[in-house]
Amino acid sequence: MPENGIVKSSSRWKFPYRVKIENRVSDPPKWYSPMLSILAVIIALLIGALVIWMGGGDPWAAYAHIAKYSLGSVGVLSDTMVKAIPLMLVGLACSIAFRMKLWNIGAEGQFFLGAFGASMVVLLPILPEDAPKWLFVITMAAFGMIFGALWGFIPGLLKARFNVNEIISTLMMNYIAIEWNNYFIYAVWSEGGFQMSRMFQRNAWLPRLSDLAKKWPFFSGLTTHFGLVFAIVAAIILWLILTKSRWGYEIRLIGDNPRAAEYAGISIKRNIIMVMMVSGALAGLAGMSEIGGVVHRLQGAISPGYGYTGIIIAWLAKLNPLAVILASILFGALILAGREVQPSGIPTLIQGVIMVSLIASEFFMRNQVRIVRRGEE
Amino acid sequence: MAQEITPPIEKVVSMRGIIKRFPGVLANDQVDFDLRKGEVHALLGENGAGKSTLMNVLAGLYRADGGSINVFGKQVDFGSPREAIEAGIGMVHQHFMLVPSQSVTENILLGLDEPRFRMKLSKYNHKIAQIAEQYGLHVDPEAKVWQLSVGEQQRVEILKMLYRGTNVLIMDEPTAVLAPSEIEELFITLKSMTDQGKSIVFISHKLQEVMEISDRVTVLQKGRVTSSGLNTKDVTRADLARLMVGREVVFRIDKKAVQAGELVLKVNQLESFNDKGIQALNGVSLNVREGEIVGLAGVAGNGQNELAETLVGLRPITNGTVIVNGKDVTNKPVKLGIRHGISLIPADRTKVGTSPNLSITDNVIMKNYDQNPISRGWRVNASEAGKYATELKESYDIIVPSINTSVRLLSGGNLQKVILAREISSEPKLMIAVQPTRGLDVGAIEGVQKLLLEQRETGAAVLLISEELEELLSLSDRLYVIYEGQIMGELSDGDINKIGQMMTGTRLEQITEAGDN
Repeated sequence: MPENGIVKSSSRWKFPYRVKIENRVSDPPKWYSPMLSILAVIIALLIGALVIWMGGGDPWAAYAHIAKYSLGSVGVLSDTMVKAIPLMLVGLACSIAFRMKLWNIGAEGQFFLGAFGASMVVLLPILPEDAPKWLFVITMAAFGMIFGALWGFIPGLLKARFNVNEIISTLMMNYIAIEWNNYFIYAVWSEGGFQMSRMFQRNAWLPRLSDLAKKWPFFSGLTTHFGLVFAIVAAIILWLILTKSRWGYEIRLIGDNPRAAEYAGISIKRNIIMVMMVSGALAGLAGMSEIGGVVHRLQGAISPGYGYTGIIIAWLAKLNPLAVILASILFGALILAGREVQPSGIPTLIQGVIMVSLIASEFFMRNQVRIVRRGEE
Repeated sequence: MAQEITPPIEKVVSMRGIIKRFPGVLANDQVDFDLRKGEVHALLGENGAGKSTLMNVLAGLYRADGGSINVFGKQVDFGSPREAIEAGIGMVHQHFMLVPSQSVTENILLGLDEPRFRMKLSKYNHKIAQIAEQYGLHVDPEAKVWQLSVGEQQRVEILKMLYRGTNVLIMDEPTAVLAPSEIEELFITLKSMTDQGKSIVFISHKLQEVMEISDRVTVLQKGRVTSSGLNTKDVTRADLARLMVGREVVFRIDKKAVQAGELVLKVNQLESFNDKGIQALNGVSLNVREGEIVGLAGVAGNGQNELAETLVGLRPITNGTVIVNGKDVTNKPVKLGIRHGISLIPADRTKVGTSPNLSITDNVIMKNYDQNPISRGWRVNASEAGKYATELKESYDIIVPSINTSVRLLSGGNLQKVILAREISSEPKLMIAVQPTRGLDVGAIEGVQKLLLEQRETGAAVLLISEELEELLSLSDRLYVIYEGQIMGELSDGDINKIGQMMTGTRLEQITEAGDN
């Protein structure tokens, strides 16, 4: 209840208005939740601007610069999309898990394992070197997803069988995944002692827009790759699953009230494992698309923390797969052109403030704040 | 204390024009309330009538939005329960606020300024034993709270208030958790307290208790006083019921004669553990036939919940069998039970029965989302689901703005209607209802009971698990009594005395033997 602090009544002068916080008695309107997301971004930009200004910079110029170098022309827009593709996929990975209140913090590790699985196809090799491109794309995607799913399956099984906290297990498995990759790039697939594998042959690369430049010169130099198709198709499928399907209903019910789900005869253990595997597969696909579409080799620094950024994106999109696409483009722009402003400081700060604002905004979903006149209400 | 013989007109509390608002509700609307020295004053009303709110204002938990409070002749405005206690007003809540791992004395001393550093427990044990003696509150000061029965824990709460020098004791539905024998003991304690000059506010919605214990009654209805300070001697139960509900209440339930049919549920020597891994069911055997309501009486926590959960497959059975319609469903998945027509109305409406942030639609399709026509292939057919929800909303009179409303915003009665609508529309062969009317107001209780009787008439087997004896007696055709995970016996004559003894652990055979001798 609002007021159980010790307030001695007295004739002291009181401010004639006070803030009253009440529980909501009806659902907030539909536009409310997206509005809070947009507001979180605006607040983050304002705080970022304040910091830039205090540091002696010109916030307006800085933001204009970011906008220009991320969305200002077809070329940079394409680069933004390249950054956004892995973010979309990990954002989707987090969204499905978070819908069930399964805190998969392991998208990063699943990303690395996906990259490993895809590389395996080329480096082991699983397919002959001169296999057709389409076969490479399909096989690499399948292996990326299988390995990502495996990395989700382990914490899922631990949670279902022994109730191991998935936050800890997925986080720890991120480190294992990175070291696993390191072993292969340092020892097994190392090229001439460098900590990276050899460059993949061209037919193991994901098709890019620039590949079409021969036919349509407009596309020349554009780096956006086929991963975008993966991401958008995945988003649509996930949206269908979460909002239209029986399975999506089960996930929603378990996420909101696991005891009610059990009472309705839904197996929670099976769903934990399945959701963790799908989540892992999506993050693995992100790793595969990064390897096949951008890096073209297995190496150490393939992710500037995509898996963790995915968490923020999922929240910003309010766990809606279609909104994940938009949120990822925003973050892609921030990461790409933010570097033009400062390599790490301000862009990371903005991401962080977005996350904090989003978490804080949950309060407004539950409560409404009114300013009332004292004594009147 | 004993020599203060004062005329009973002396007012200790006087509340005038109390107004308390909650978002969307006017919980108290210009309420007046007086309490005299040495009386038990019952505050009667349905759930949500504003009884607890009014007393929470008096006890300093809420602050009134309007009105004045006068305690022992002084104008007060409590900002916290501590201030209220300092003024001599203490409240015993429905849910006890005790630390299980600590002793009675430690619990009573918690939050006080004395003792300051060294606990000197033996001295305080003695002091508390003395107060307990004075009021007939039998409880061992050195016992740990977790070892105590619910009745004893309540005594600790009362002692806590007495130790703090409370002169006005507010008891919020104190009998809800007690066995009949414990209720009697509580009433003796209350009498001894009033004899020694304390005043008691007794919040209740149970008419017969109010008639028994109180000197005066104030009745609240929808936040307003419908009658204030009536002498209990001068009124009848029917009067009070009318004042409480605002219309005549028929106490007799229209129960048609139904011939019990085939055996539906047969439970044989069932054993199971509770969440703490302690044996909760210890060889329970019972059966329910078609067209029959069978009651299961017992004080809360004697294995009723565990029984309901094992029957539907939510809790593993360690020994024994459950047979429904001739099929063995022992330890079978919940979903199989649902397909076999087993339906459960769980005791906990919000934590088990519904999913709070999902819509009415999502909540009513909980058990048939994977059945035609709501399920079509891999997907849930949203328009079918919506149609189904709308139908249920109308035929069960669920009062909500839309079927897309989150169920957490529903009142208790409406929430129960959502659950009943879902469970009944699945046309169950066996319905297990656990405390289906708990916390509902008289109107809603009538509705729920009517629905259960309808189930009986359509030939379903109903197992009614309840702590409300009155309800069990009026609805059931037969009655089992459970005590510490064992069935004490089966009755069909509704002998309250026998039931009371069985609820406290005497087997029916023992009672009849004693009677024969």
